[in-house]
Formats: sequence, C-alpha cells, structure tokens
Amino acid sequence: MSFVKIPTPDKLIAIRYEPPETSWMDTPTVFRPGTWSYSGAAKNLTALDMPNPRAWQPSDEDWKLPENWQQIILEGMRERLEKYRSFKLFMDICVRCGACADKCHFYIGSGDPKNMPVLRAELLRSVYRRYFTESGKRFGRLAGARDLTVDVLKEWFYYFYQCTECRRCSVFCPYGIDQAEITMMGRELLNLVGCNINWVIEPAANCFRTGNHLGIQPGGIKDMLEFIADDIEDRTGVRVEVPLNKKGAEILFVAPSGDYFADPGTYTCMGYLMLFHEIGLNYTFSTYASEGGNFGLFTSHEMAKRLNAKIYAEAKRLGVKWILGGECGHMWRLLHQYMDTMNGPADFLAEPVSPITGTRFENARSTKMVHIAEFSADLIRKGKLKLNPARNDALRVTFHDSCNPARGMGLFEEPRYIIRHACNHFHEMAEDTIREKTLCCGSGAGLGNDENMEMRMRGGMPRAMAVRQVKEKHGVNRLACICAIDRATLPPLMEYWVPGVTVSGVHELLANALVMTGEKDRTTDLRGQSLEGKTVDETL
Amino acid sequence: MSVEIRCALSAFLFYREVPPLGEEHLSKIEGATSIMNLFISLIAILVLTLLALGVAFSAGLAYLLTVIVPYAAFALFLAGFVYRVAKWAGAPVPFRIPTTCGQEKSLPWIKTNPLESPSGLPGVIGRMVLEVLLFRSLFRNTRADLYDQRPVYGSAKWLWFFGLLFHWSLLIIVLRHLRFFIEPIAPWISGISAVDGFFEIGIPTLYLSDIAILTGLSFLFLRRVVVPQLRYISLFTDYFSLLLILGAVGTGLLMRHFFPTDLLQVKNLALGWVTFSPVVPGGIGKVFYIHLCFVFVLIAWFPMSKLMHAGGVFLSPTRNLANDNRRNRHLNPWNAPVKVHTYEEYEDEFRDKMKAAGLPMEKE
Repeated sequence: MSFVKIPTPDKLIAIRYEPPETSWMDTPTVFRPGTWSYSGAAKNLTALDMPNPRAWQPSDEDWKLPENWQQIILEGMRERLEKYRSFKLFMDICVRCGACADKCHFYIGSGDPKNMPVLRAELLRSVYRRYFTESGKRFGRLAGARDLTVDVLKEWFYYFYQCTECRRCSVFCPYGIDQAEITMMGRELLNLVGCNINWVIEPAANCFRTGNHLGIQPGGIKDMLEFIADDIEDRTGVRVEVPLNKKGAEILFVAPSGDYFADPGTYTCMGYLMLFHEIGLNYTFSTYASEGGNFGLFTSHEMAKRLNAKIYAEAKRLGVKWILGGECGHMWRLLHQYMDTMNGPADFLAEPVSPITGTRFENARSTKMVHIAEFSADLIRKGKLKLNPARNDALRVTFHDSCNPARGMGLFEEPRYIIRHACNHFHEMAEDTIREKTLCCGSGAGLGNDENMEMRMRGGMPRAMAVRQVKEKHGVNRLACICAIDRATLPPLMEYWVPGVTVSGVHELLANALVMTGEKDRTTDLRGQSLEGKTVDETL
Repeated sequence: MSVEIRCALSAFLFYREVPPLGEEHLSKIEGATSIMNLFISLIAILVLTLLALGVAFSAGLAYLLTVIVPYAAFALFLAGFVYRVAKWAGAPVPFRIPTTCGQEKSLPWIKTNPLESPSGLPGVIGRMVLEVLLFRSLFRNTRADLYDQRPVYGSAKWLWFFGLLFHWSLLIIVLRHLRFFIEPIAPWISGISAVDGFFEIGIPTLYLSDIAILTGLSFLFLRRVVVPQLRYISLFTDYFSLLLILGAVGTGLLMRHFFPTDLLQVKNLALGWVTFSPVVPGGIGKVFYIHLCFVFVLIAWFPMSKLMHAGGVFLSPTRNLANDNRRNRHLNPWNAPVKVHTYEEYEDEFRDKMKAAGLPMEKE
C-alpha cells in the first residue's frame, strides 16, 4: 500500500469547513487525483450486458456519452420515481435543516460541502425539480432547479462515488431521508449511460461468471481453503475438513470471498473452519455460490438481484436445510433487507434450527439465513464451546460496528457477546462513534481502490481517530469487525492514521480462544504469532 | 451585522467553539456564499406586505380577500395536500429498508430495542410517535468539530429544542384560533387558551405559545443566515417559508397587543366562512388584512413547498417499517425476472477444472 502520492496525515487533517465563495451550483467539479476511481472497463460492462461499454476515464474531457444521454437519464428518473416511494419522497421532503451535514465521514474528512448528505442529495434534487416539478420548470434556479448538463453528470459521478452508502445520515435525519437510497438511485442513473467505476463493475462481472468477486475458479477455491486448513493444522495440530459442493449437507455456508483470498480475512476464515469442525457441523461451502458480498448492490437493484440469485439456487440444488452467512457488511444488508424479497420465497428450505443447541432462529424463519454471529453467540450461551480467552491476552480489542449490519440490520450485541467471551481485554470506542452511530471505514460501496486513496483516508479519518483515542487510553492494538471490506481497507487506514493497530474478524478472535478436541499445545495464535511474551503491560 | 457578533451568534447557535479570527478567516466569512436567496425572500415578503396593504385600502380587493380567497386558499391546501400524499402513497415500497438504530429482535436472551429497531407494528407506531411528536432523530444531533487535530462530537440539542418549540407552539396557536370558528367555543379550546395564558402577563394576556413561536422561528431563521454552511445550502423556499410564518405571527401579535382588532367582527367573518355566508367586515383594522394575506399565502403555499414534510414524515420507509425482514417476507409489486447465471451454465464452463479439483458435479 503506497501513501506516497497523498498528503501526510498532519497535512490531511488540516480541514477547512468554510464553504467556497461561489454558490454550489456554480462551483465546478475538479477531478483531483486520489479522490476518484477509474472507470468501468468495457469488457466488464459487456459481460454484464450493460450499456455504453467504451474506453474512457473520468478525467477525460469527453466521456463518450450516448447521443441521447439526457433523455435516457430523465426517462430513468421518471421510471424510478414511480417505482420507489423512497426516491420520490426523499426528493420532496428535505427541509435542509442541516442535521445530516457533519454526520458524513466524507464531509468530516474533506470539508467539501458537496459531501454534506443534504447537498449530495441536492445534486440530484435540483435536476428532479427542473424536469419533474411545476415550480422547478417555471422558476428554475429560484426554486433550486438546474438543467441536466454534462457538468452536472460529472458532478454526480464524482460525489455519488464519494458516498459509501453507510446510512449514518439517515439515523440523524428527522424524516429518515437516507442518502444511501439517493446514491443508489444516482448510481443506477449513471449506469444507464455507462458511467461506473471498475472497482464495482469488475467484481460484479467476476461474480456473475465465477460466483465470486475475485474471479476465483472452482479449483482455486478448493486450493485456498485447503491451504487455510493446512495453516490450521500447523497452528493447532487438528486437521479440519473442507466440504465443497456437498449434496445433502444440512447447512450451506456462504462467506465473502475476501475471507478466503487475503489476509487478514483468511484468519477469519480459519476461525469459521475451526468452529464448524469443533462442533461437528454438517455443512458445505459452494464454489458456485462462493460469494455472499454483492457489488451489484452498488450498481443497481437489478444487478444485486442477478448476483444474489445464486445463493437460493445453490441451496436448492444441494438440498440443504438452511443457510449460514459469514462476517460481511453489505452482504448482510442485502441478505437481511433484500434477498427474500428479490429471490424468495425460500419455501424449499426449513426454518433454521441450530443442530448443536436446538435453538430455533425465529428471526430468520422466512429468509432462512442466519448470521454467523447469531449462530456462535448461541453456541457460547448454551455452553457448547470451550474457550480460553487468555490466548487473546496479547490483544487489547476494540470493535468497529460495520455500517450495514449496524444500520441495515441491527446486529449489535451478538459480536460483542462473542468478543467478551473470547477476549479478556475489550474496550469500546467513544459512544458517538459506535453502534447506530458507527463511522464508516471510508472505503465501502466499491470505493476501496488504490487510486481513490486520499479520499479513503479522508473518509476513514473519523473512524481512525476514534480508534486512536482508545489506543492512547487503553493500549488498544486490535480492531475487530464483522465485514470483509473492513478487513481489506481498515489495515491501510490504521497504517496511515494509527500505526500499531491490526485488524481482524470476530471469528478469528473466537478461534484463537477456541479449545479444540485433540489440539496440540497451542503456542501461537492463528497468525502464527507467539502467545508467550506478548502479554500486554497491565499498567496501561 | 459585525463579524464578531455573527461569530458569537454562530457559537451559540451551533454550540461550538469558534476558532480565533485571523485576517484570512474574516475575509472568508465576509465573502462566503451567495446570499441572494435570502434577499429575494425578503423582497418577496415585502412585496406581499405591500400587496396586503393595498388590499386593506381597497373595498373591492377586501371583498376578494375575505370572501373569495379564503375558499380558494383552503381548497388549494386540501387538494394539494391530498394530491401530494396520494402521489407518495401511490408509489410502491419495493423493499423493506428501515434504518435500524438499535438491536434487532434475534435470540431470546438478547435485549432488543423495540423503538429503535421495531420488530412489529406496535414498535413501529411507537417509533413514529416519538419521531413525529418529539423529533426523536433530531434529538440525536451532535456537532462534529476538529479539536486538537481530531474530530470531537459535542452535544447539539439546540436545533431539536427550538424546532420542537416552534412546531408545538404553532400547533397550539392553530388550535387556539378554532375559537373563531366554533360557537359556542368548545371547553377544550378555552382550556388551551387558559393554560397558554396562565401567567397573565399584560393585558390582553401574553400567550406563552406566542413567545415560544417567535423564539423558535428567530432561532431557525438566524441559524440559516448566520451559519455559513447553512447559508450555503439554503434555498429561497427555506427563507421564504420561515419569513411567511414569521409575518403571520408578527401581524397576529401586533393585532393582539398594539392595534386592537374588533374580535366580534373577526368571529363573524370566520363563522361566515364556516357557514358559507361570508360577509365583508367593516372597520376591522388594516393589520388584520395583512395577517389574513400572510395566512392565506401560507396555506396555499403549503402543499407545493417543502412544508409538506408534515405529510411526508409519516411515509418515510426508513422509519415506518418493521425490522422483521428475515421473519416476514416483504413483497415487491414489480419484482421482475432478471437474467441470471445458472449453475448449469457455470458447471458447463468450468467442468474440466471442477473435475481436476475432484469436485462433485451434476454431469460428469
């Protein structure tokens, strides 16, 4: 990870919150390097049958838009205003009270007024007023309306790909206006004329073809999981099995592909495998449904549905009873709030019951998919796991509520319950930065690419600073989370703002503490780091 | 207004520490953002006042204002309100997308938060009641500031407090006005007035709601003018709506405390409206006409403006839906089939690789 091209932290933190002198409608968008993402490659658009595949970059003068691009956008807007009450309502009822303004991590980190959720929404509202309201048609700018021009489209692109759809603003809005909803619409519209970013479109295209974002083919998945099993054997002396595409398994397990692809996600994946082995779970991975995450959600509702369909289809084909899902943020937004509606009903599955504890997961009785934090918390509660939290004593842990499980699901207590039982040192960050008020990693919704690094460091700054506070106060050295994008993007964020803090999934911590049947004397944690001599200074 | 006063005000309104004023800072504040929307709103209100005065001095126009306009304004309000709400309500809710601000209902031993993450209708009703009557979400408001090179989040309840003050006093004032429209005056209306004027300050008694609404409105207006970020996002309609209400309140207060109006005449007029037999009142005072003008413009303006948040708040899908997505399936009325990549296609493409990896397959 290279930070050479972006300002040093002490320069980046010198943020001015004064708006510019020119009105926002007259302030041009500058595509400054480090603050935007590369365009979607033509081959990926073609693979997904998406419009206007071509070679272009956002920094180009000519975006090679279709001739009738305005008509396409406006027609797309009309259609969505009729299909989504959220969109229509959120275009109409904002009073610009400004309560959302300094709730956005991108605004706090950049000071750019167009990163205030209210103004980000006005970018779209102004066009809505101009073409869809009487006052806007008649009074134009006086009514807050403006024409849809190429510059406006570019502005949309810049700022709708500077929103991580984290929903923090919607917690504070007195009318529940959700910028994530508006950004999703804005991105859908941009996609109609072929304006999207490769960090979203390539994973989506990969996922459509190979079943996962990273484009890993069946043999590769098997190799990676076997490799992880080797590591487990090395650390614990226990050989775990890696069931793949197994018909007749009781449970289909779906994780984000990041968890078996790269560190530190792989340690979380080790945690899954060790847990399932220890409790003797009859489950299977799938190479076809090898991704729970869904970058379609950052493209359009239709694409989200196309990519999500494989999960139920695979559950049906394999004849499992229900589905268990790994630690991932936007994956769970989709599984919790969209999957059943989009691709249900899952009437071929059974209401989830834990085969170990007999607990009936009534909250998942229709969707038939359970979050692994719910599943493991239940195991601990029922005394089915033998845990030795002292094995995590070298770690002083804090927990980052990932945006989507927090504000799109309400999953707060289960991961904390697991951490408290797996670790002896757990410290919460400041109240205004956790739970429903959690601050985004700054790289979600497809923005976690290297070319966008400055914006990521800006957007992640509020989260990082909250971590720095507990580091200074309690000596925190481990940031736990339940999101694969977090595990991929928080490490560079920590490296930049809070060196010395590592990142892990909750199930890595659980597996560190998990006493397995037949294990050897465990001298290292899952990362191979010695358990000895790393005990933290108790005087801190 | 001097910069120092503006900064002090800004500090109060936003409850924040203002950085020391360097030369650069001064020029920034002085030059900040176009203030055109504010000026145009002020001019619009001025024009409206002049028009109202014109009406007051012309018998023909007075007829228009007291006999025709009331019905027109009220009809516009009703039809507009119903139309707007019907438009929203007519749009489907394809997905159940509550913003969850508390623990979901999951395992029985985990404490849930029924109001912030409602699992069913009672919780949703509770959440909406808190939202509509007490502005629950606004109560969460914090203020982010950079302090010592790190963001800190201070409590910032002023917007909540003055917003609530304004809305509740507006409601009480509207209810109090019902005494003009109902004869005999219902006891609950007199009750409201009695409580509202409980302290019996001055003659006629100063209503607490009048002071409250003036305070609330002044705060809301001033923060829009003074705080640079708010001025930056404010549109004409934001200033105009506040000034319009301020105009109605101001003229109302003038009538009550400085230019007494013949209340009998007012009541006759109001009862005339209600019974569809309005009569142009005689010698009722010029301020009354201005008051009427403001009120009718406000009523007519309401449904075509941002003031419709009053109706919209009830329909917000991030607030009025239960967080029971996995328990009960939500139906999307326009759910359409999409092109998917089937397992068969997948296996066909990767058959050799799957075989080499020893993975089970449908077709060998």
